[in-house]
Amino acid sequence: MIYLELFKAWFQIGLFSIGGSYAALPIIKNVIVDGYGWLSISQFADLVVIDEMAPGPIILNSATFVGAQVAGFPGAIVATIGCLTGPAVIVSLIAYLYFKYQDLPVIRSILSILRPVVVALIASAGLAIIMLSFWGEHGFSSDMDSLNLISVAIAVAAFAVLRKYKLNPVILMLGCGLLGGLIYAR
Amino acid sequence: MDKNKNTYLTLFLSAFYISAVTFGSGYVIVSVIKKRFVDELKWIEEEEMINLIALAQSSPGVMTANTALLVGYKTCGMPGAFLAVLGVALPPLVTIFIISIFYNTLRENTIVSAMLKGMRAGACAVIADVVVGLFTSVINDNGLPRIAKLTIMASAFTAAYIFKLSFILIVLFFLLLGVARHLLVRKGAAA
Repeated sequence: MIYLELFKAWFQIGLFSIGGSYAALPIIKNVIVDGYGWLSISQFADLVVIDEMAPGPIILNSATFVGAQVAGFPGAIVATIGCLTGPAVIVSLIAYLYFKYQDLPVIRSILSILRPVVVALIASAGLAIIMLSFWGEHGFSSDMDSLNLISVAIAVAAFAVLRKYKLNPVILMLGCGLLGGLIYAR
Repeated sequence: MDKNKNTYLTLFLSAFYISAVTFGSGYVIVSVIKKRFVDELKWIEEEEMINLIALAQSSPGVMTANTALLVGYKTCGMPGAFLAVLGVALPPLVTIFIISIFYNTLRENTIVSAMLKGMRAGACAVIADVVVGLFTSVINDNGLPRIAKLTIMASAFTAAYIFKLSFILIVLFFLLLGVARHLLVRKGAAA
């Protein structure tokens, strides 16, 4: 039964995608393209573009897309539920333990070390996105031609606005989108 | 009871909103979550938010859903956790379904792709702002000495960015370090 297969596939992807959405893409390719053959490799490339283009978490976007391709809207729902179930059970358990024991000295000690780690990890993921936006897919190079000056200018201006006015980040990104549309699409 | 109903609704709508407006990587959500749950609703403090993100990040699955679940659990228990995950799941279900119908037309559209480039530049600014904000807050919290925090950040950053180690490995390593430190400190205090 196709719904059961979809659920199984996405349950697996949900459980094994650890460490952020970009880590999930190789697993999705492995299960969906190589395993079940539900998407061709070029359809998978399309999926990555959709993930970038649309709002929402990458794994959920992919689940909806694949589910819809395979079995229409009900398929999208089954795939979405599938990828959320495993993690939800685990995180609920973690939530229970955390809120019960957060004041224990050992937990406080662990969290005081993890807080700086989280900031560093966010910085590292952020820098990867900045490099992609400024230099494109080939990454950093010293050659000035490949540096996207318009993106740099938009990002620097947006950063200044954010630091100064504490603007809602959603409105800021929409503004940058409009500006990008005006400049790049001329 | 009325107040409770309101909390459930606010929780669901906030999770829905966060999922609907965040693009691509899960890290832009840190900024949106901070704005909504810390600054506006004041349901959690910034320090607790970082703790919750650490937990969400070291768990499998969708980081946005995991973070929302933790906030939901804290404010309304298990029903809150469920509502928060539901709120995160609904927007992509609707938008991606619609996009998957119009996909080919959208892809060829130059204006859409130009706007995407602009939004990506905006996302850079948002993430830089988040990092500066969190850095300041962690450096000034009353946890470890500053030099220790800076060392931890530098080594975690190097492991993630230069050596491309998996985030879960890095988190696990520092988690064990935290346990070891705790045991050592206790032993020192007992002696």
